[in-house]
Amino acid sequence: MKEVITLLKKDLLLEWRQQYTFWGILLYVASSVFVLYLAMGAPQADVFNGVFWMIQLFICINAVAKSFLQESKGRMLYYYLTGSPLHFVISKIIYNSIIAILMVMISLILFFLLMKNPTADLWLFVWIAFFGAFSISLVFTLMSAIAAKAQQNAAIMAILGFPLIIPQLLLLMRISKAAFGEVFREGALLQMTGLLIGLDVLVIVLSVILFPFLWKE
Amino acid sequence: MKLSWWKIAGILLLLYSFTAGFLIKVPYVGNLYETIRNFFFHVPMWFGQIALLTLSLAYSIAFLRSGKLKYDIYAAEFAKVGILFGILGLITGAIWARWTWGEFWSNDPKQMAAAIAVLIYFAYVVLRGSMTDLDKRARVAAVYNIFAYFIYIPLIMILPRMVQSLHPGGLEGAEGGGNPAMGGDSLDPVMKTVFWPSVFGWIIMGIWISNLKIRFFLYTHKNILNG
Repeated sequence: MKEVITLLKKDLLLEWRQQYTFWGILLYVASSVFVLYLAMGAPQADVFNGVFWMIQLFICINAVAKSFLQESKGRMLYYYLTGSPLHFVISKIIYNSIIAILMVMISLILFFLLMKNPTADLWLFVWIAFFGAFSISLVFTLMSAIAAKAQQNAAIMAILGFPLIIPQLLLLMRISKAAFGEVFREGALLQMTGLLIGLDVLVIVLSVILFPFLWKE
Repeated sequence: MKLSWWKIAGILLLLYSFTAGFLIKVPYVGNLYETIRNFFFHVPMWFGQIALLTLSLAYSIAFLRSGKLKYDIYAAEFAKVGILFGILGLITGAIWARWTWGEFWSNDPKQMAAAIAVLIYFAYVVLRGSMTDLDKRARVAAVYNIFAYFIYIPLIMILPRMVQSLHPGGLEGAEGGGNPAMGGDSLDPVMKTVFWPSVFGWIIMGIWISNLKIRFFLYTHKNILNG
């Protein structure tokens, strides 16, 4: 546990000193929301939902991709010699979900600031957005670890990640419709949330099991 | 030329299913009429695909446990033939949809899910192509393959049960509704006698094709892969 906290602290400190992700994503969201606003004004609930999750997807892929790609070969060797893969991957998962939730907070504020608020239940949407960012970041964490091993890794990351994220993204889009006042068949919402949590657990377990094999150079 | 018994069985099963599939009397269900015969050719593609991808998964796990490059080749070739089956499944489905739904492609949730499933495995092939170091490629590809399989199964097994679809078995509440592949009442006893032989025939055919590809690859790369 101590190792996980040390690794996590190092990542957060690095982020704090460079502030590259933070400002980068801020610009990314601000400009894309602004362009969207100019393109279509304040959108309807359905469009808002779709656009919001698409932007989240791109933000997440950018924020998370960095986590493994920024580690140089020499530094990876150092981790390999001093730490265990389990600690390393857990610290990355936690770090990425913190970053993803921070990013979704910023983009929520910008979305609601620039586009009118079409939700029926604002806080429900906010919670779903947090949970969604967490789910997306989980999948991309392992994808980024895989992509770091391949050449042209930024492109590979998108190629690997986009098809794999679709089940979660579809579920999230459906669940978040509840925040726009859509009424679901009884039990359907609970079922979908359960499925999403199940998928998240599956992804975490798979990451923990599979990462040690990626770890060796 | 000497063929092992399972290959002969596969040929016989497919010959039978192709003959009987076009000749037997089929029940008329709803607006399907004769297109229900597609059931003998379209659905076995997905059974075959799942069988091949499961084999691919098994060999990826075997590779990670043993480190034998041979198993990585097995996993890759099974996955590639699985993609072939997926594409054939999409095509047979689209032709059927043309005559029952009126369009080759109508963005039905099941069509989308099947297409995405094929994309996931395309990404596997792209990932393999992006690395030249055999050993590293085998390891990274095996990790992705295992991960992809566990996303792929919910995608085709669970999600289709949660959305309404025009596809047989897609109507919620109807008998056999919510099944990813077929309606419950479309499989009458007569059709079963053709359907299951066809499923096993295609699975054998898929394994046979992969087997040939694996043997060819191992033969041409003899000097790189020892054992």
